[in-house]
Amino acid sequence: MEIFEAGNYDIVVIGAGHAGVEAALAAARKGKKTLLLTLHLDALAMMPCNPSIGGTGKGHLVREIDALGGEMGKNIDKTYIQNKMLNTAKGAAVHSLRAQADKEKYRVEMKKVIEKTPNLELKQQQAVSLVVEDGTVKGVITQTGAKYDCKAVIICSGTYLKGKIIIGTTSYEGGPGGLLPANYLSEDLKKHGFDIIRLKTGTPARVNKRSIDFSKLSPQYGDAVPTPFSFDNEEVEVRNVPCYLGYTNEKTHEVIRQNLHRSPLYSGMIEGVGPRYCPSFEDKVVRFADKERHQLFVEPEGLDTDEVYIQGMSSSLPEDVQLKFMRTIEGFENVEIMRSAYAIEYDAIDPTQLKLSLETRLVKGLFTAGQINGTSGYEEAAAQGLIAGINASCYIDGTDPLILDRSTSYIGVLIDDIVTKGTKEPYRIMTSRVEYRLYLRQDNADRRLTRLGYEYGLVSKEKYERVLKKEEDINSQIERLKTVKIPPTKEVNEIISSRGTSPISGTMSIYDLLKRPQLDYSCLRDFDPEGGNMDEKLIPLVEIEIKYEEYIKKQYAQIEKFRQMETRLLPEDIDYATVPNLRLEARDKLNRQRPHNLGQAGRISGVSPSDISALVVHLAKSQREDKNED
Amino acid sequence: MLYYRDTIAAISTPTGYGGISIIRVSGVDAFEVVNKIFRRPGGKNFLEQGKNTIHYGHIIDEEGNILDEVLVSKMPAPHTFTAEDVAEINCHGGIVAVRRVLELVTRMGARLAQPGEFTKRAFLNGRIDLSQAEAISDVITAKTNLAANAAIGQLTGVLSEKINEIKQKILTLISNVEVTIQYPEYDIEDVTNEELLDSLREIKHDIEKLLKTYKQGEILREGLKVAICGKPNVGKSMMLNALLNEEKAIVTDIAGTTRDIVDEYISLSGLPVRIIDTAGIREAGDIVERIGIDRSIKAANEADLVLFLCDASNPLDEEDEKILEILKDKNVIYILNKTDLGICDEVIKRFEDKVNLRTSALTKENIDVLEEMIISQVLSNNEDVMSNAVVTSVRHKGLLDDALRSVSQALDCVSMGYEIDLIQVDINDCWASLGNITGQAVTEDIIDEIFANFCLGK
Repeated sequence: MEIFEAGNYDIVVIGAGHAGVEAALAAARKGKKTLLLTLHLDALAMMPCNPSIGGTGKGHLVREIDALGGEMGKNIDKTYIQNKMLNTAKGAAVHSLRAQADKEKYRVEMKKVIEKTPNLELKQQQAVSLVVEDGTVKGVITQTGAKYDCKAVIICSGTYLKGKIIIGTTSYEGGPGGLLPANYLSEDLKKHGFDIIRLKTGTPARVNKRSIDFSKLSPQYGDAVPTPFSFDNEEVEVRNVPCYLGYTNEKTHEVIRQNLHRSPLYSGMIEGVGPRYCPSFEDKVVRFADKERHQLFVEPEGLDTDEVYIQGMSSSLPEDVQLKFMRTIEGFENVEIMRSAYAIEYDAIDPTQLKLSLETRLVKGLFTAGQINGTSGYEEAAAQGLIAGINASCYIDGTDPLILDRSTSYIGVLIDDIVTKGTKEPYRIMTSRVEYRLYLRQDNADRRLTRLGYEYGLVSKEKYERVLKKEEDINSQIERLKTVKIPPTKEVNEIISSRGTSPISGTMSIYDLLKRPQLDYSCLRDFDPEGGNMDEKLIPLVEIEIKYEEYIKKQYAQIEKFRQMETRLLPEDIDYATVPNLRLEARDKLNRQRPHNLGQAGRISGVSPSDISALVVHLAKSQREDKNED
Repeated sequence: MLYYRDTIAAISTPTGYGGISIIRVSGVDAFEVVNKIFRRPGGKNFLEQGKNTIHYGHIIDEEGNILDEVLVSKMPAPHTFTAEDVAEINCHGGIVAVRRVLELVTRMGARLAQPGEFTKRAFLNGRIDLSQAEAISDVITAKTNLAANAAIGQLTGVLSEKINEIKQKILTLISNVEVTIQYPEYDIEDVTNEELLDSLREIKHDIEKLLKTYKQGEILREGLKVAICGKPNVGKSMMLNALLNEEKAIVTDIAGTTRDIVDEYISLSGLPVRIIDTAGIREAGDIVERIGIDRSIKAANEADLVLFLCDASNPLDEEDEKILEILKDKNVIYILNKTDLGICDEVIKRFEDKVNLRTSALTKENIDVLEEMIISQVLSNNEDVMSNAVVTSVRHKGLLDDALRSVSQALDCVSMGYEIDLIQVDINDCWASLGNITGQAVTEDIIDEIFANFCLGK
């Protein structure tokens, strides 16, 4: 291959999926001359699997991305077709926003944003290798021989690296959504010393909407008043296209059982490790044999298409079997498949080779984000892309990277989990992974993170000041409600009792009454004459702060303790082999993973509390020796 | 984990020495914690007292009961061992009282110190030098090794099995709740308030039941009481030293040198054994000696096990027989000591139908066998204690107390109508406290549980 000099950039981003676009936008917005490479210009920000953004845990990520100055929330607000706040009966900490997306519009809108962003160049090119000198990345070479010189590279290769599609007994090299795979880059990464792991995921069939009898399914609508994902949007236009719920039956399961021998999963043809949270339908039938029916959801792929996505029917059985079992489902008797379900295997790197900044430890200036790091999901990818974009810019500027710890955000938990513990299956964020979830709510993501977005240059001063003002307003309302006293009149007690809580015998403040879970501001509003000028949007936020106050205080105390360990940074050059009293396993693990701080060190499997003790003593000792030398 | 700013407490004197034990409390809240439980005559406030002062008073528990009569010293930072605020409680009431005071201190907000933690703080705060600091990790390692030994393993094995059962119940509950949060669109039924209450009550009941065993576990905690009896100069003190493996009691050739009962704890394969070295039992003219002998008889009566010592190199005399008579209904190991001086046939004959052992405390012959015999006594006499889960350590009790508090709070929250996200916080805390007894509770367990039991996904 003849190589030619094709240009000079600050940052090259390889891959323009959800990680890549956030990375490129963040880098360009931070003033870095950025090149975004994609295998196919029409596949930019493509959603090859489910047509939705958000959901439990993932919705938190999108709001955090937005607070930090990312694009995903804004783009889904432009292109959603149904929007729903989930878990509204389970408490504010687990409220999660989910939107059905018009996939085509999502892609087109994102491409517009990319194309209009200054400092950002978009090209259809397949990166095949990195230029690395003295352990530092210097450029990227593409399939056509173009060599782009640069100071930092962010790889967001999704499931394309050595992608292999498997449908029943058929398998071929390919990327998702009928695209070509990227067959060279992972070999190049191996050359630079990266451990490559093989992962697997799958997607259900897309079928023709006209071939479904919707009268046999039940429609599922979103919220009548949608909540915007982006904190920039006060409100969004109402769109409420329904999804539909259906059920499999014993006949469906019988077809599966009769054809199990034709599944590549059971015949051993698939070697990659798949995620437990997206099992194939055949897997569900085998593992939960006594379940009489399974749910399936029909989700529109967009407004201008008849393709619908069948959630719950992920499969790698042959196409004829897919058709056969689907046609046993009520409403699906005449169903026609437009794109069959498939499993895909791909290369990823072992994410314990990364720093918390998402820079690799093996090659300076090289960052990775998204599925290459062993995660799954558009939102997980976008979150990492944003952080990698910010930190690649910081790397070039020689400034401190943005490291979000577990007590700041879902993004922090996600990155800490994969970098510290690694992953054996595609990693998905879940609210149960989050220690401080009463504090890390989706409603306060702006108040938690906008300051950082501003400090790292992605959020305008005006937006930041708006958030400060909001915080101030919430606090002053809380203080005000402490002073609004309600007397124990018959009228008051009737309202209180009707909510199923005990009447009051003395005068009580609205603040104190709001602590009762049964009461909300709306039922007490009549007794708050001054409350008329309170911003409606603030009311739920004020309520949450008051109701959760005691628990949040407790959580703050825990966070305080947690941070004592997180803020004790470990020197870059420490040789753990020389630290006395460390057990052998701990020495190896610490030397391999080189944790950022003591807290992270303690979370590495194989590092025990007594190892941390030994480390603390060693650090204090060397600090004191340094001091004596000075 | 290592939080340097919290307040820690521990008994800082070796168990069993003399009458006084000192509980050291160190950290930012040291004085606050002590102030909550320390009542001084005239009601003077401990917090207002000057630095480096000592105060007389009583330790009072939550119910207002006096636990002990004490002297408390107040030493503010930075000129203390740890360079933090330090209060030291000098307890007089013996080992049981000391433990109760320590438990009270931990309930009032101090955490039980980890092995070597005072020293570690002293080092980290710049109070001691490097060579002293080197020893710290050794201390930690030593404790770890002890915990790993078989006998302790057997004990904690039963306990952790029980705790794991409770943990599993909590885990099931958590995952039943989490799955509906994580997958709201699936037709998995929400956990109802009734189900939640039932599970939480059951968990609470289990924890309470386990906490009750803390009292039963006394033998394991206070140690098996072993009295060493025998006429003067048969080598009792030397036997004690041999068991202790160091020179502690005064040993001379003159009969009656050991006047006081010296309590010593030894750790045999990790099991606490409390050895009471009695003065020689004999009719004594000397008043002081007489008191010693009365106490020795009393000690033998209180002991769980008596080691009777005689001089194997000489035939038994009247005095030996008199002691044997006193011990005839007791649980006794008959020790034919001083075998280094030879063994006389009559002595062998006298004990041939009894549990006996030939030893030389001087040359340490068969001391290891004796230790094993004592251990097997502990194990066989406390079979029910050993086979049931018994909470023995203060640390475990403290964590169980925490777990109980969390589950009670969760129950309150359910009854008061709080939403599940808040209730879950207390359930998680409960799970974490139990996890600290048997090994870290990890969120990955919840996720494993969810995917093992529910059918989900695209």
